[in-house]
Amino acid sequence: MDWNRSEPVVNIIEKILARASDREQVRPGEIVEARINSAMVHDITGPLTVESWKKLEEKKVWDPDRIVVVFDHFLPPPTEQAAKLQKMMRDFVDEQGIRNFYDIGRGGICHQVMPEKGHVHPGDVIVGADSHTCTYGAFGAFSTGIGSTEMAAVFATGHLWFKVPRTIRVNVTGSFAPFVMAKDLILQVLGKLGVSGANYRGIEFTGQTVEDMSIGGRMTLCNMSIEAGAKTGVVAPDAKTAEYLGASSSNSFESLRSDGDSAYERTIEIDSSTLSPQVARPHSPDNVAPIEEIPESRVDQAFLGSCTNGRTEDLRIAAKILDGKRVHDHTRLIVTPASQDVYQNCLEEGLLEIFTQSGAIVTNPGCGICIGIHLGVLAPGDVCVSSSNRNFVGRMGSPQAKIFLASPATVAASAITGRITDPRKLS
Amino acid sequence: MIVKARAVKLGDNVDTDVILPGKYLALTDPTELREHAMEGLSPGFASKFVDGAVIVAGENFGQGSSREHAAIALKAAAVECVVAESFARIFYRNAINIGLPAVECPGILTRVADGDQVSVDLEQGKIMNLTTGTTANTEPIPLHLQQVLNDGGIIEHLKKKRAHQ
Repeated sequence: MDWNRSEPVVNIIEKILARASDREQVRPGEIVEARINSAMVHDITGPLTVESWKKLEEKKVWDPDRIVVVFDHFLPPPTEQAAKLQKMMRDFVDEQGIRNFYDIGRGGICHQVMPEKGHVHPGDVIVGADSHTCTYGAFGAFSTGIGSTEMAAVFATGHLWFKVPRTIRVNVTGSFAPFVMAKDLILQVLGKLGVSGANYRGIEFTGQTVEDMSIGGRMTLCNMSIEAGAKTGVVAPDAKTAEYLGASSSNSFESLRSDGDSAYERTIEIDSSTLSPQVARPHSPDNVAPIEEIPESRVDQAFLGSCTNGRTEDLRIAAKILDGKRVHDHTRLIVTPASQDVYQNCLEEGLLEIFTQSGAIVTNPGCGICIGIHLGVLAPGDVCVSSSNRNFVGRMGSPQAKIFLASPATVAASAITGRITDPRKLS
Repeated sequence: MIVKARAVKLGDNVDTDVILPGKYLALTDPTELREHAMEGLSPGFASKFVDGAVIVAGENFGQGSSREHAAIALKAAAVECVVAESFARIFYRNAINIGLPAVECPGILTRVADGDQVSVDLEQGKIMNLTTGTTANTEPIPLHLQQVLNDGGIIEHLKKKRAHQ
């Protein structure tokens, strides 16, 4: 790779960072000071941000309309301590005149709410005090997770420094077989890259499969880029992006397109037409194997939801598999729509009825189960198959529990049989 | 700045769910968080840090969640510096921002045993194993981040910068 090239061949990430830092061009390794278009905190990272912000002894945030506050981790608060944190955030929102505030019943999981409510645009630089902030790359934004204290600095200045990352391209061709989904693709990518394979790097997803993919599927890909250590995952915006965002045309997105092959550190080629459902075994998201190689382990709990896979299309494919069937006697299925809007869509489509009739429980939107706080904490010895993003030791409760990550289709199929099951066998 | 303390050795890919489990994320007070530092490995692990410690770890230290609580818990538990073969980027930024030195040093795991006395020269990027008498040289922390550390974290750094404007 020639990083001293004379002709500027740049990718979408470099283009966004150059624009946000008023430069003609930026190169990997350079440090830039970028303008922030949106800054998001939630009910766990927000309180620490506000505590740090108060130490700055400033009166007003840089721009209250560019700050978004979403309650999603303690939804609703399971303890008095959590309730106190939310109360503190409500006071801050009031005091600073922050209108983009999504309280209980108004939003849901932050990474679903941000695009749903119009806080994400192609070409934006977005930071969130949550590692899965990289999700918004699905809309052609540069978005990345930061910590709370750094967020306090953003609240004060509206700027943040970034090292321009080198970018890995994942080029995907072919069409998925039935019941194979974006989740299976990103799990396979994680298996290839490993949990640190994209550290300090960006990932751009390209190719016919990605172009054909729904916005929700693209969100799943970008969401789990952090599981390879990536600074962000990104997909070039197109007509589908424009349609989702309610824009009249995608012409203005052209200037964001990557220039060509040499804009990348390397390219990984994947043929999606031969892909089987994939499963990440305990205790790492890169411990991936095709479902044919997974022993038929007993499943105590199945979880369908999260910022990775809690969207209407995810619940739709699961409902299709569960329709008219029963969740296995020794298995409990917990379904968590990602947002209030997703909940409403699923209600109108009759999906929630399919879940409840199958013996599943449908919870309110939120992050609680995925992060082991409430709404379905695992006991020692429990085996869980989950559509979420992390299966680290103790992630969903007991350190003695085991978590297998899989697609919504695999979760639904496994809930019916009570064992980790290939969804293609039930269809 | 030179940090001198006993090494507590950890492996590769130590994640933030292990450093500070999710069930403690409603805590914000460092003195409460420190009790649970590294509890994901074993309850009471934080007591190993009490008299001051340098964590010596493998690849990708701090992977996973952006929870700053993880870095805060380690610092409050008397971890004075983390030296790792490599870091997950959010943890690295969090550590520097709250004033916990984080030094990347490829090959460090083979040079330090658990319990060795080590000294870390942050300006020079020099890590000495005082028990074995060996030295490892690495890239020093970038200058602009050293300034953040010297000021005690990004908040103090920003306050200082603004006072000078």
